[in-house]
Amino acid sequence: MGKRVLVIEDEANISEAIRYILSKDGWEVDTHADGADAAARVSAAPPDLLILDVMLPGRSGYDILDALRAAEATRALPVLMLTAKGQTADRERAARHGATRFMTKPFANADLVAAARAMMAPT
Amino acid sequence: MSINLLVLACLVYVAFLFAVAFAVERRADRGQATWLRSSLIYTLSLSVYCTAWTFYGAVGYAARSGLEFMTIYLGPTLVFVGWWLMLRKLVRIGKQQRVTSIADLISARYGKSNTLGVIVTLLCIAAATPYIALQLQSIALSFAAFAQDLPAAHFTERQDLFALWVAVGLALFTILFGTRNLDANEQHPGVVTAIAVEAVVKLLALVAVGVFVVWAVADGPGDILGRIEAAARPEWQIQPGRWVGLIFLAGVAIICLPRMFQVMVVENADERHLATASWAFPLYLFAMSLFVLPIAVVGLEIMPEGANPDLFVMTLPMTLGQDGLAMLAFLGGFSAATSMVIVSTIALATMVSNHIMVPLWLHLRAGATARRGDMRGLVLNSRRLAICVLLGFGYVYYVVTGGSAALAAIGLIAFVGVAQILPALLGALFWRAANRIGAGLGIGVGFAVWLYALFLPSFGPGVFISAQVMAAGPFGIDWLRPYALFGVEMDPLLHALFWSLTLNAVAFIAGSLLGFPRPLERVQAAQFVNAFDIQAGTRGWSQSAAEAEDLLAMAQRILGTAESQRFFQSHAGAQGKAGFLPDTTPQFLDALERKLAGSVGAATAHAMIEQIVGRAMVSVEDLMAVASETAQIMEYSSQLEAKSAELERTARQLREANDMLTKLSVQKDAFLSQISHELRTPMTSIRAFSEILMDAEGMSDDDQVKYARIIHDETIRLTRLLDDLLDLSVLENGQVNLDVQRARLGDLLDRAVLASNSVRPGRDFVIHRDPAAEAVEVETDTGRLAQVFINVLSNARKYCDAEHPVMTISVARDGGMIEVDFADNGSGIPSDKQALIFEKFARLTDQMQAGGAGLGLAICREIMHNLQGEIAYVPGQGGAAFRVRFPQRLETEAPARALSAA
Repeated sequence: MGKRVLVIEDEANISEAIRYILSKDGWEVDTHADGADAAARVSAAPPDLLILDVMLPGRSGYDILDALRAAEATRALPVLMLTAKGQTADRERAARHGATRFMTKPFANADLVAAARAMMAPT
Repeated sequence: MSINLLVLACLVYVAFLFAVAFAVERRADRGQATWLRSSLIYTLSLSVYCTAWTFYGAVGYAARSGLEFMTIYLGPTLVFVGWWLMLRKLVRIGKQQRVTSIADLISARYGKSNTLGVIVTLLCIAAATPYIALQLQSIALSFAAFAQDLPAAHFTERQDLFALWVAVGLALFTILFGTRNLDANEQHPGVVTAIAVEAVVKLLALVAVGVFVVWAVADGPGDILGRIEAAARPEWQIQPGRWVGLIFLAGVAIICLPRMFQVMVVENADERHLATASWAFPLYLFAMSLFVLPIAVVGLEIMPEGANPDLFVMTLPMTLGQDGLAMLAFLGGFSAATSMVIVSTIALATMVSNHIMVPLWLHLRAGATARRGDMRGLVLNSRRLAICVLLGFGYVYYVVTGGSAALAAIGLIAFVGVAQILPALLGALFWRAANRIGAGLGIGVGFAVWLYALFLPSFGPGVFISAQVMAAGPFGIDWLRPYALFGVEMDPLLHALFWSLTLNAVAFIAGSLLGFPRPLERVQAAQFVNAFDIQAGTRGWSQSAAEAEDLLAMAQRILGTAESQRFFQSHAGAQGKAGFLPDTTPQFLDALERKLAGSVGAATAHAMIEQIVGRAMVSVEDLMAVASETAQIMEYSSQLEAKSAELERTARQLREANDMLTKLSVQKDAFLSQISHELRTPMTSIRAFSEILMDAEGMSDDDQVKYARIIHDETIRLTRLLDDLLDLSVLENGQVNLDVQRARLGDLLDRAVLASNSVRPGRDFVIHRDPAAEAVEVETDTGRLAQVFINVLSNARKYCDAEHPVMTISVARDGGMIEVDFADNGSGIPSDKQALIFEKFARLTDQMQAGGAGLGLAICREIMHNLQGEIAYVPGQGGAAFRVRFPQRLETEAPARALSAA
């Protein structure tokens, strides 16, 4: 294992929870809180998996995803979107912007681990 | 000269006149009589004014009173010269209203009151009777003059017999001419032409005698003038009062006399003829009067003492052996008399049949439907009967008065009689407030005074009014003497004229002012007084051959082309005609009217068809109906308009309400979405960490405590969020209970600073204050006010990005308001965000840093609204600056501010 995951989440407590959960599952977890320079951070060192919050200060998760999908290096990067607005419209919007998976907050820790693992499974 | 020759001449003359009239009627029926309806014929027909009185009597008058006879010509001359003022309007109205007589005009104007029509008819009959008698007398006298060779014993008897035969002859003549058929317009072109011929004959005769007198008997004009001066008598002196009175009387007479109204208004074919007559008729009168005085003067010189000056025109040539000239003079006088009698009796018979006999017959046979043929026969027969009766009256008057009175005196009595119509007539044309009560009273009073003070006494003492009454008044009441009413003694004629017209006018005006006109009268009054503003009218007189086509054109405008053509074609087919134009039978018109009524209403349809067909003028009733229908339509229309405006208003309100609801719905969705986000975020942490702690195997105690603390903090955050939401809800709905207390502003600020110290407690935060300004007592909900202060101070502590944050709190007073400014030295709020900060969840920065739900300033705004104050961001203060403004003393009576802008 030892896959690298980058968590872009402005809520420190949530970010810490994800870090703990995935670390325990054997992931190498990095966290980032600001939206504005998130895309640059991803491009600089693309992780194996990106967990992206929608409501970010500076730049919204959708904008960041658009930028990543537009760039060659991150076009196929698996992205798990997290949002606290769990309506169907938000799910569709995430798919349209190119999210690989979508989870609403709050989530079960086991579901997060399962999703992360599934996204790493060979296709 | 043989009397038989005279009779033969008369019969030949009458036969000639009849032939003329008959020919004209024939041509008129074929529509070829246009040249006969000229202004020349019209002017000549007006000479019916010049009766036997004028022809014979003027000379007698001149012989007795000098130039005074001129007044009888001057009055009409003035009226005609000033035709624009009065006659023009009279003729216009006559045409517009299709008036058949002066009684009809008065009746029509005063609300179609038949009572008035009857009164005027009776007055006219009474006034015309002596006048007709006068004509009979003149003809009888002239016959008698020719019959001087007969034994004297038979003279009076023969004269009366002459008069009787003349009356019978005239009745026959008038019946033949005047009631030959029932003309739709009451016009008689044949009669009018015959009258015009007679006008020429009488003028020729008088001028011929005059020329004979001036140039054959005397030596030309100079000699005549000398003779006139030599013959002047004391009684020839001009009496100004009598002149004025007589000129006035003659002027009134030419307007009011039934026969003048007949030729001037009813028989008028074209209004423009009046303009010609305005100078031509005075010219005719001038020619008629030119030789009067010469004949009179020469007659007085030559004729034996005691010869009747009324007959000088004829007896003078006869005495001088000019039998031919005498015959011409006789025919001239005969023309003058017959023309007057014919026109008068036609006019009076029309009145009698229209206002008395037909209404009476209809009243008696109420319920029975009168067929058209029956009505026509009834009308014609009633007129024939009326003509006989009127001539009978004239004959009786002639016999009773003994044929002794001077011709001029009889004529003047008649003039005063018809003059009683004047006030009502003037009121009809020029005074809208005149009404039928006034007209009836005025004419009635004038009629009575005329009868009592002039007409009845004219029969002579003892016939109707005893000599004793004449001398001492009825029952000895002196001021009621017929010739000296109210003790005023003057010329009997002027006396009667003055009192009858004065009392008449007073009664008319008083009655009009005191009485209320009916609606019909108001409409008629407007039509009469404003006759020249009404466009419709003259067209109704001419029968158009293109009637059906006009109807079709009109129907197309209302029913549409296809529908109208189908309707007309089917009716034409039913009549056995090809094409689209059926005969305009009553049945067809009925059907068309009903058809049109479906579209435009009954009254309008009726009026429109009548306008085109011209069978009858639009009646006032129709106009009233149209008016009321129109008024109803207008009322409906205005109601609809109001309804429509109301609907529009409602629609706009609904649209606005809908917009508002949509906006509220969007806001609600956004709000719920925000709430969801704000609730889910702490709950995510709580759930994640609680699951982590549930599987805490191998976790350090420190970590366990740390994660438990996170759960704890997040639940507090959740609770605060819920508290804020509830608080905001209460404040927004104005349901907050304000706890008003007195406190020193400085103490409130102390409390707030202390409370806000918990935010970023480790950070250095300097606060500058002004204790002197803060030493002010406030009376408000101090807890709520402190909550606002705490929120503002906490925000400053959270967001002030200065390296050494400094907050300055300053206090100012503005009237009853207190302003507290909080300004820090940070970078402040960007101007594009300043409008947002008071909105819910308008968090500008990072979530954790803020630590709140983003409802703080929204709550502050609601609190300040409830405290009747406000909170605002003050730009340009070097950093973030908020101003809290509120009344020093809260008016608790005032209702708390209701729902603020959502």
